Amino acid sequence: MDIMGILQKLASESGFAAFFLAEGGWKNLVMILIAFVLLYLGIVKKFEPLLLCGIAFGCLLSNLSYFIGMGDNALYHPELWAQFLDSTSPYYHSYGHIMANAGLLDFFYIGVKAGIYPSLIFLGVGAMTDFGPLLANPKSLLLGAAAQLGVFVAFFGAVLLGFTGPQAASIGIIGGADGPTAIFLTTKLAPELLGPIAIAAYSYMALIPLIQPPIMKLMTTDKMRKVKMVQSREVSKTEKIVFPIVVATFVILLLPSTAPLVGCLMLGNLFRECGVTDRLSDTAQNALMNIVTIFLATSVGATMTGDNFLQPQTLYIILLGLVAFSISTVGGLLGGLVMYKTSGGKINPLIGSAGVSAVPMAARVSQDVGRKYNKNNYLLMHAMGPNVAGVIGSAIAAGFLLSVFG
Amino acid sequence: MIDLVNIPVGAAGGYALLGYLVVFFGLVLLMCVLLIMGAINTGKQKRAIEKAMPVADKSAPVLTLENTMPKATGTAGELKLYNTDPRDAAMVMAIVADSLGKPINELRFISIREVTDDEV
Repeated sequence: MDIMGILQKLASESGFAAFFLAEGGWKNLVMILIAFVLLYLGIVKKFEPLLLCGIAFGCLLSNLSYFIGMGDNALYHPELWAQFLDSTSPYYHSYGHIMANAGLLDFFYIGVKAGIYPSLIFLGVGAMTDFGPLLANPKSLLLGAAAQLGVFVAFFGAVLLGFTGPQAASIGIIGGADGPTAIFLTTKLAPELLGPIAIAAYSYMALIPLIQPPIMKLMTTDKMRKVKMVQSREVSKTEKIVFPIVVATFVILLLPSTAPLVGCLMLGNLFRECGVTDRLSDTAQNALMNIVTIFLATSVGATMTGDNFLQPQTLYIILLGLVAFSISTVGGLLGGLVMYKTSGGKINPLIGSAGVSAVPMAARVSQDVGRKYNKNNYLLMHAMGPNVAGVIGSAIAAGFLLSVFG
Repeated sequence: MIDLVNIPVGAAGGYALLGYLVVFFGLVLLMCVLLIMGAINTGKQKRAIEKAMPVADKSAPVLTLENTMPKATGTAGELKLYNTDPRDAAMVMAIVADSLGKPINELRFISIREVTDDEV
């Protein structure tokens, strides 16, 4: 028995050796440290923990098991996906080739690549969302539209920084403040940027309570912030049932590329409101949502390999993501200011910033800032209107970018 | 034909503007649809209330859409507080929602009043 030979083989195959022997092994070490930081942010700082913990652990697993030239035991194989996307490769768009050689996280990633997970997340979001405030005040949709400004400004900024059109579109959608939409669009247009874009989208969504209030204070006066809005009208059950059917029909006919996201969002909402599918609504909101979140987060994290992530463009993406979020907030507030003026001071402009999707965090920020200036002001339900309008708005923005660059 | 991969800056600006307009266009159209839906529904509610009004009984209080509607919608409405601190009221509403197992935005609180020991 060649004990020394076996030990030598084990040593040379170990990840510890690979850090120093494999090409770019040091990058894996750096990515592992980044995974630890993300785990810290998720667990200790509670930054979108449901997603960030999974993303961070996916990143950790990927960088522990994959080293360039030593991919036999890898959970995720970037080179397989590079061949999948290379139109000159014999394995172009070949799921069979992926499945024959895949690691566990490659299998998970198929759901991202096929656009299944983001759509299923939207199903759950639809089942959890009460569109009543939007129905009570349909003008909220204008704020949801205004708050997409950051998407297109960041897109333009990314082109100026040298990104390609599809990459710039994927970066811009970070400003929609909607993680599943960002992942959906990036997977279709620029899958090589999925890791940094997902991290930027979810991190900034968690940082909304820090990003938005200074901009809100800068753009509004004390008098505006104190405006108490009148109670919205009551919305009937029938309206709530008809709403998802109307929106799905209308928006998908207008922009067919939004069909997976808007279709699932509205199907989930129909389950919630129709009153005869409570079990399905419950599953979409809880069990299904949780299962899909696990698969989505770990597989997105797995794409964060050293070679892919440790690039100057990652820093640009993080920076442009912040710009996108901030400009979207500015856009929503500008919409709010216009409504404040046109309504004769009856609409509190603070609800405009909630147009940046990120349900319900952005609406809570409007509520908190409003209450700081008027203790008896309850803006939450008024802000929920633009907030859910932002979800539809970002899906339409993504649909537009997909139909132009897809 | 514009190269969309290596897109020129001017074209990118054009697409950005067009995209923003498309989002507005889509949501404005949707707003119109929802406003029509709302108007139809409000009209139906009004007709139902008018139909329910007893014709003969002139002394009965007049029912209108406004006075048949509850005065508060959860956290957004005109919740009346009597001898109650807003923080305590928020806590009461949260406890009620938790006990009922319902989201707080689906509950309707009209008023909250502190009950003194003498009244118990």
